[in-house]
Amino acid sequence: MFKKDLRRLVFIIVLVSVAVLALAVETFDVGIGSVNFARGDDDGPLGLELGLDLQGGVQLIYEAEDENVTKSQMEGVKDKIERRTNAFGVTEPSIQLLGSNRILIQLPGVEDVEEAKRLIGQTAQLEFKERICEDQGDPQCTNYQDQDIGLTGELLTRAYASTHHATGAPIVNLEFNGEGARIFGETTNRIAGTNNRTAIFLDDEEIVAPVANQAILGGQAFIQGPDFTFDRVRTISIQLEGGRLDTPIVVIQEQNVDATLGEDALDKSLVAGLIGFGLVAMFMILYYRIPGITAVISLAIYIVLVLLIVKLVPVTLTLAGIAGFILSIGVAVDANILISERAKEELRTGRALLGAIETGYTRAWPAILNSNVATMITCVILFWFGSRFGASAVTGFSITLFIGVATSMFTAVVVSHTLLRLVASTPLSRFTGMFTPVPGQVITAGAGRRTQAQRERN
Amino acid sequence: MDFVSKRKWFFIFSAIVILVGIVSMSIAPRFKVGIEFEGGSALSLNFAQEVDEDRLRSFMSDLGHGQAVVQQVGDTGVLIRTTTLEGPDNDGGESERDAIEERLTEEFGTIETSELSAVSEAVAKETIRNAGIAVGVASLFIMIYISFAFRLMANSMRLGVAAIVAALHDVVITLGIFSILGKVIDLEVNAMFITGILTVVGYSVHDTIVVFDRIRENTGRRVSRDMSTTINTSIMETVGRSLTTSLTTLTVIVALLLMGGGTIESLLYTLLIGVIVGTYSSIAIASQLLLVWEERGMNPFRRHEEAEA
Repeated sequence: MFKKDLRRLVFIIVLVSVAVLALAVETFDVGIGSVNFARGDDDGPLGLELGLDLQGGVQLIYEAEDENVTKSQMEGVKDKIERRTNAFGVTEPSIQLLGSNRILIQLPGVEDVEEAKRLIGQTAQLEFKERICEDQGDPQCTNYQDQDIGLTGELLTRAYASTHHATGAPIVNLEFNGEGARIFGETTNRIAGTNNRTAIFLDDEEIVAPVANQAILGGQAFIQGPDFTFDRVRTISIQLEGGRLDTPIVVIQEQNVDATLGEDALDKSLVAGLIGFGLVAMFMILYYRIPGITAVISLAIYIVLVLLIVKLVPVTLTLAGIAGFILSIGVAVDANILISERAKEELRTGRALLGAIETGYTRAWPAILNSNVATMITCVILFWFGSRFGASAVTGFSITLFIGVATSMFTAVVVSHTLLRLVASTPLSRFTGMFTPVPGQVITAGAGRRTQAQRERN
Repeated sequence: MDFVSKRKWFFIFSAIVILVGIVSMSIAPRFKVGIEFEGGSALSLNFAQEVDEDRLRSFMSDLGHGQAVVQQVGDTGVLIRTTTLEGPDNDGGESERDAIEERLTEEFGTIETSELSAVSEAVAKETIRNAGIAVGVASLFIMIYISFAFRLMANSMRLGVAAIVAALHDVVITLGIFSILGKVIDLEVNAMFITGILTVVGYSVHDTIVVFDRIRENTGRRVSRDMSTTINTSIMETVGRSLTTSLTTLTVIVALLLMGGGTIESLLYTLLIGVIVGTYSSIAIASQLLLVWEERGMNPFRRHEEAEA
């Protein structure tokens, strides 16, 4: 028994050391073979990723005006916004589709929400140009001049990805209307057989610049390339579609947080966390004595492990997420309290210390498991609720509370159990009184009632 | 202590608290709702110097925002609630927010920090619906889980139902208290409040399960043939733990509140109320309901028949 506990202790020490190391090194990049694992963010303490409410920034949710918008149309919108926000110089923009017709945009560090909206709201500009190579012998066409040919997005009727009927290679298909077919035919006729090309631009950014093997007159064309993958042709056709037909979107939710206020909120919640932990620790030690001390040590380990998981996943920390975490400190001691109370009762029935601790754990376990699963169920529902409307505060809270509850079961059962058994194997175990809580009115009343109940039974 | 025999008083007490809440909820304004539930814009400004709430309100009215609700935050801060402000048009025109801030700067001096959140009315309606669904679905799943976790007990469905009824009791009381607080200290109901409500459901059930698990254990050990003694013993044996855990949880909530809850203030107040009510209901409502159910059976008229016989 003792040896097994020592082995567990070594395991716990190693785990905590690794966790502390992974937290202390703000950013790391570990490569094992071809698997690369990089974590950490420069912005937050311990390399944790901070949400918009803590580092300041803009969050916008747009909705397509047309309810029956297709998925590829939404992807076109997403692509457009991605390109626009890149141009905005945001370091880590996050753009994701919500449900079938919404899009969530998070721009950390951006303070001017109006400017961001202006940028995102602009209609996309799709343009075909004629590229004249200065050196016809250069197959790469490094030096060139682009000329307007008056072929814009409105003249394109359709763009879609498919495979070549003969070779099976991924291709992008283009279909023009009458006017578009005329201009495209003239252009391809001019450049056919030369090194000149048609260059396609979206918002002045080049998407692709194919050469033409012959004049294409019917208004239907396809683009193929040696480096074309299915993903690439899909992206190109989504970009072309997005540029051809602007999908109207409206802002349905917006939020911007001032960076200084975010920083202030972070500092305050850290202090709150420390105060909370300190008070809980003080109470546990004064009231539960030795089991209180092991509970506080395992609580400290709990905090380190939760932070580690938050960093590794990685979970973006929001103010609400930190609140969920700090709240889970309060709940995390619950398992320890349950066990200590059970062990105390077992001691009162005259069991030896180690036996009392063991029985305390076994008996308290179903209550710990079931009550925590109930909390985890609410966390999952909360996550769903929050992600329905991009409320990162709600999802952040549910994620950290979930991680916290799951981790607390581990630390209560593995860490504090092992520590308590080890302490009970030392000469300290002679002071049995130190292993039970300070006698309190309510608690002695409970035990008294029990003996009475037992008497009734006999 | 005998909790079980006092259950009538617990029920009466709860009924009174719920009733007071319902009265408050039926008097307009039922709640002070945040933009998440009503739609609109909330502009939070901090000026370099002190501002006067009344002067700012009348100035906003001059700007054509007569419906705006202006609320002072500290000496230099104001919170302005209006209908959704128009964004910039695609031709590069000025947005309503920029226009307001420009005029306010001219009148009241430099704006140091400015934060905005806005929600469209359609989304607000959807949020209310989703909040209802979330509470409903969470209750259903927890009920099923408890019935499953205690499946070895007779009538384990009852445990699930009693736990959820107790949790919903907590939700209704918390809603009532929030309705009152909304009238008294302007406490707002927003998305973080719903987060708090769901957490309260989880916490209340958490507490109830600990008592139920003791009932399960004591039933197995045949502590007493009498169900009311078994339940009372179980409550007595877990009450120390319930109070201690609530105390530690309340400690951290109060610590967070004292540091200035900021945007999560309503979450923290919900939890503060919910944890207290949740602890109370796990002792005074959940297990007591089991007993009422057991004694009267499913049929509410059974007792009456017995009396006749």
